[in-house]
Order: sequence, then C-alpha cells, then structure tokens
Amino acid sequence: MTTHTTALKTPAPASAGAGTGAPAGRPPRRGRSVSPRGHSGWTPWLYLLPALVLLAGLLVYPIYQLGLISFLEYTQAQVSGGEPTTFQGFGNYATLFNDSQFWQVLLATVLFAAACVVSTLFVGCALAVLLTRIRALPRLALMMAALGAWATPAITGSTVWVFLFDPDFGPVNKVLGLGDFSWTYGRYSAFALVLLEVLWCSFPFVMVTVYAGIRAIPTEVLEAASLDGASQWRIWRTIMAPMLKPILIVVTIQSIIWDFKVFTQIYVMTNGGGIAGQNLVLNVYAYQKAFASSQYSLGSAIGVVMLVILLAVTLVYLRLVRRQGEEL
Amino acid sequence: MKLSARIAAPVAALVLAGLTATACAPQTSDTSAKGDEKSGTLRVWLYQEVGNKPKEKVVDDAVAAFEKSHKGAKVEVEYIPVDTRAQRIKAAFNDPKSAPDLVEYGNSDTAGYVKDGGLADITEEFGAWEEAKDTDPIAKQSVTVGDKVYGAPFFVGVRALYYRTDVFKDLGIQPPKSQAELVSTAKKIHKAKPDLYGLAVGGAYTYGAMPFIWSHGGEIAGESGGTYKSAINSEKARKGIEAYTSLFGDDNCPAAKCASMGGNATVTAFASGKAAMAIGGDFSHAAVEAGSVKGKYAVVPLPGIAPDSIAPAFAGGNNIGVLKSSSHRTLAVDLMKSLTGKKTQAEMFDAMGFLPTYTDVLDNAAKKQPFVAPFVQTLGAGAKFVPASPAWGQIDASLVLPTMFQEIVSGRKDVAQASDDAAKKMDAAFTAAG
Repeated sequence: MTTHTTALKTPAPASAGAGTGAPAGRPPRRGRSVSPRGHSGWTPWLYLLPALVLLAGLLVYPIYQLGLISFLEYTQAQVSGGEPTTFQGFGNYATLFNDSQFWQVLLATVLFAAACVVSTLFVGCALAVLLTRIRALPRLALMMAALGAWATPAITGSTVWVFLFDPDFGPVNKVLGLGDFSWTYGRYSAFALVLLEVLWCSFPFVMVTVYAGIRAIPTEVLEAASLDGASQWRIWRTIMAPMLKPILIVVTIQSIIWDFKVFTQIYVMTNGGGIAGQNLVLNVYAYQKAFASSQYSLGSAIGVVMLVILLAVTLVYLRLVRRQGEEL
Repeated sequence: MKLSARIAAPVAALVLAGLTATACAPQTSDTSAKGDEKSGTLRVWLYQEVGNKPKEKVVDDAVAAFEKSHKGAKVEVEYIPVDTRAQRIKAAFNDPKSAPDLVEYGNSDTAGYVKDGGLADITEEFGAWEEAKDTDPIAKQSVTVGDKVYGAPFFVGVRALYYRTDVFKDLGIQPPKSQAELVSTAKKIHKAKPDLYGLAVGGAYTYGAMPFIWSHGGEIAGESGGTYKSAINSEKARKGIEAYTSLFGDDNCPAAKCASMGGNATVTAFASGKAAMAIGGDFSHAAVEAGSVKGKYAVVPLPGIAPDSIAPAFAGGNNIGVLKSSSHRTLAVDLMKSLTGKKTQAEMFDAMGFLPTYTDVLDNAAKKQPFVAPFVQTLGAGAKFVPASPAWGQIDASLVLPTMFQEIVSGRKDVAQASDDAAKKMDAAFTAAG
C-alpha cells in the first residue's frame, strides 16, 4: 500500500518542477498541501472499495484464472494429479490458430451473431413502434406474449422449438406440409431454426427497452411530424432513432455480446453442434474442447479469444459513437 | 524521473499480481493413497442401469458375504446415472476426499483414467487371484495398459444383428449370411416396406460401424513400440467405411434422419417397430423386450465378408477398478474380487443378462439361455478392442469418428478425404498423449 501511495503522489510535484522551473523554496509548501489533498483523494476509493472487492472477486479473478490456464497444459490428467502441470506459453493459442476448424467456427459465429443481432433489433424496434400505435388491449396481449417468451428459460424454449419442428411429430411440418423434412440436417436450415429461437427469446428485451424510450420522447415532436405528413418510416428515421440513440447503442452492444456467446440454443437444438459439427459456434466449441474432451487449457484459450473479440467490438463501437459527439 | 514514477504504480501492481499468481495457480489434486486401513467404510460407485433392481440384489448379496468375512468393514454402494458418469468420475479424481474406493467404468475409458492418475495398479493382486486365470483374454486386455492391470472385468458386451422375424417371413427372406447380403436385404426390405428402415444405422454409432471396418481387415489404429498411429484411412478401412456409409440413403436409412443417430437411437427405432434390422448388444435385450416388437424378433451374429462368417465385434463392457486415492487398498481389492468373481458374475447374468468375463462361466450361461448364443458365438469368433491409448477417450469424446461418418453420409466429403481428416485428428491426439 505505501509503495502505491508514493507512486501516485510523486508525479504532481515532479511535473510542476519541470514545468515552471520553480525555486527551491516551493516544494515544501506544496508538500504541506499534499496531505489534505491526498486524504480527500482517497476518500472516494474508500467508498468504492466494497464494490471493487466484489468486482475483483467475481470478474477479475475468474478472468485471471482463465488467462492463466490458457497458458498451461491443463487436462484431466493435470487436474487429478496424474501428470504435472506445465507452462506452455502460447502453445494452446498456436494449436488453436492452426486448427482450420477454429477459423470456420469463428466465421460461423460472427455471421450467425450478426444475423441474430440485426434481426433481433429489427423485430424489436418494429414491434416497439407498433406498441405505441395500437390500443390498450392488443398492446397488453403483445406485451404479455413477449414477456412470456422472455421469461422462458433458454433450455425450455429450445426443447419446445425442437419439438415443434420435429420431422416426425412436429406440428410445424404438418401445417406447412413439409412432410418429414429434417430442419437440423442441413447446415443453413439448422442455423435458421436456431436463429428463430434466439430471435424469439431476445426480441422482447429490445422491444421493451425501445418502447420505454419512445414513451419518453415528447409527444409534441411526434405530433408535429405527423401533422407535417411524415410517414411512419420517416418519423422513425429522423426523429425516433436519433432521439433513441443512447438506448439503441446499449441494446446493440448487449445483443452483440449475447448473440456472440449463444450456447444453450445451439447445444440443445443441434445436439451439441450439429451433424459433423456443422452448427458449432465458439461457445459450444469451447465447451466441447474444455469439458467433453477435458482439454481445459484449450477451452480457456478459446474463452480468452472470445473475450478479446468482444472487448474489441465494444470498444470500436463506443469510439465510433464518441466520434459522432454522443455521450452515453 | 517523471517516467519512472509513472511506471512505478503499474509495476508494483504487476509484482503483486505475480506474487498472488503463484499462490492461486489452478488446482491439482493429490490422488496418492494416504494409507491402507484394514477397517472402516468402503464406498462403491456402480452404474445405474435401466431396471436396476435385479442388479442391486446381486450386489447386496455379494456385499453381505464380504462384510461377513471382513470384520469391521462396512460397504456403501451408490448407483450413479450412466448419463453423467463421466463428470462424476472426473469429479472423484479431482476430489479424492469425496471419492469412492471402487468404481465401475466403461472399458474403453481404462487407458484415459490411468493417464489421469485415477486408477490403482493391481497387477500383483490380479496375477495371484485364482479365478482370474479363466478370464477371457479380450476382457483381460480391456483392464490392461502397458502390461499393468488396473481393475477386474465385470462383464463383456458385444453387438449382433437383431431382425424382425415377422417382416422376414412376410417377405419370404432369410437372415443375411454375408455383409453384401446384409446390405442387399436391408434395401430390399425398405423397398417393400418404405415405412421401415431396412437396417437402422447411425452416423454417430461408432461401435455399430466398427465391425464393417474390421471385417474388411481395417483397423482404427496400429501400435508400434508403444505409440499409436491412426489406420482409419488405410485402403482396407476405407472399404469398410464405404460399406457402412452405403447404408445411409433413401434406399435404406435416409441420411436426413439417420446421420445424427447414435447406438441408442437405432436400438430404439428397432424396439419401436421402425426398423427391420438393427445392430444391438446383449445389453439392449431388455430395451427391445420392453418395446412393441417383443416376441417378433430374433438375433444372429452380424455377418462378415465371406458367407457364413462373423464380423469382428467391439468387445465392450465394464470393469471395476480400485481408486488410487483409496485409503483401504487391501479391503477394496478384496471387495473388487467378490464383486467381479465367478459367483457374482453368474448371478449377474441370471439377473441382468450381462455376459460373464470368465470363459467357463460364459459357457454355462450360454447353455442356460439360448438368447445369448449369437453373442457368445460373436465373442468366440474374435471380438476386437479400441486402441489401449489414453488418447482414445479424447478421440471418442471429441467425436472424431462420428464426424467422419456424418461428413460422408451428408455428402460433404468423400471417404478418402473424410478418413484422411479423421486420421489427422487421431494422430494429433495420439501424439499429445505420448
């Protein structure tokens, strides 16, 4: 702790000295003032301490362990003491990056997540606008339906969807007259099926959030627009969307993170990654490596790669937003 | 000066982190035994089978006899669900304090568990055990890793061909005598009865597919000097892969449905009357009996290439091993002997239909129960085992072979390409396992 304090305090007098070329008499005076300033400088940290300890325990420590394991040879044999744990450096990452399947899975994940994010935002925003345009009763019905979908656990939703689209017993094939078409056999039809389920369980969040945002827009503005004869699309594009920008940003980032990390739906609906692994996404791939085949270190490396990608996406996105002069 | 002061804080933080790093390296458990107590409680994990009651009864009898002859020893038996056994056993290796003394485990996991450091080497006790001399050589191979014995065989399981007697009679056909006939019969049935799969096959049914590869003279892997090298892309193995994958298609088992099936799914399809033939084990007997085809089926050995030959089957089955961390080693080995001894195995066969691992006990069983005859014949014709390499568990768990079959039947890759890719993945695993 002492090292820390001095290290933090030192820059101030040093830079002052260098900048002004002050006489030798000044530093002591500044030195006197350090103590009250130092005290007040620490107070906020003191208040933040409980939260920081909690964050460190719940976020930093697991990430630290994840990173550490990704640099080791750590399989079941190391965990149960059959073989010593050895340091591999970037060995696990080299294995991963030389694995052509990893790149395929990464590409599939990015495209799948992008499709999910776009469709979720589109459906969510469209329904949010719809909510503002309909009467109380249908609005209540739509809200309840959406909240029901939202409240359904992913594993339950996925199981029900698989049943609905079952080639032998599923009602969907019967209604559409598809015979015994198997949705999970083809790569794209399987991804499409999962996308529908992801969309179904994640659009309510977008819808509710955006709806709340729209409600906060002064009605005069909207009224003025419609009096001027603006179409619904025009109102959305030039009035609602710009005013909702902060909300849309948060919703987009959240959707990117969620859809990039999708696990349950793929795992349940395509039975752990589909035929010959055709529907693997990074999270399921990491699970298969880490837990199915006990290569914990390789799984950790995949986790670190995902973390880096998501951080990068979020940072780039926030930068773009900042550059446009918006603040969150 | 300014720069170094700025750097000081992060450096201090890093040093701190580094210090903590050494303190919180990921956990490694110490699975070595802490002693060899001659009394106390022994804990046993056995698999929870479908219809477990008869098994429990046989085990209870064996345990009662053991407790009688070992004063001061108490035995607690726990039946673990088959679906989550892998996690349970891994957890037992990770946490020796709550681990049992004895476990039942699938014989293809032996080498992996030995590498994990979980199983105790009992070569000496096994060698000195009178009854072990009659152990079937293939069963003994399944508890052996590099000349050392890590457990006792509990039962063997082999697969044979289940077929619907009513369907065959209806169409006026005989059970197939050769592999070529098997394929043509399957297609003939599906043509005549499009609602039925001729032979139910699964893209994820590794042990149903292996007989096709072995009967063509192919191998999963070859061993030389203790190291394994994949042979799945050899000319002979490819012929077998081709024969098996030719069964997927609209003329027998449509790929859209069958590519994702595993062994249980094919047996379920047969038991529910959706298939005219299926490759099932002696252990599938109860499931088929419980299905709608009860009384309308029979079993013959899976035919090989030459007429009237038998395709080599996978010698599956379970073993019982002593955990390395057990603090009652002598007692645990004794209990293992009584659970896997001739008497218990004979009773277990009567109760559950599990095939005994002793040649003489097995012969007696076959005489008593005509149902097991085709399975005993199959065993007698020479069953085969998976590579006794710790890498096998990983190859199995990462679905290397199912992926290969699925790639072929879904038309994504041809046999040569898919088997080359599978061989590459297997070799990587063999190399990593050393």
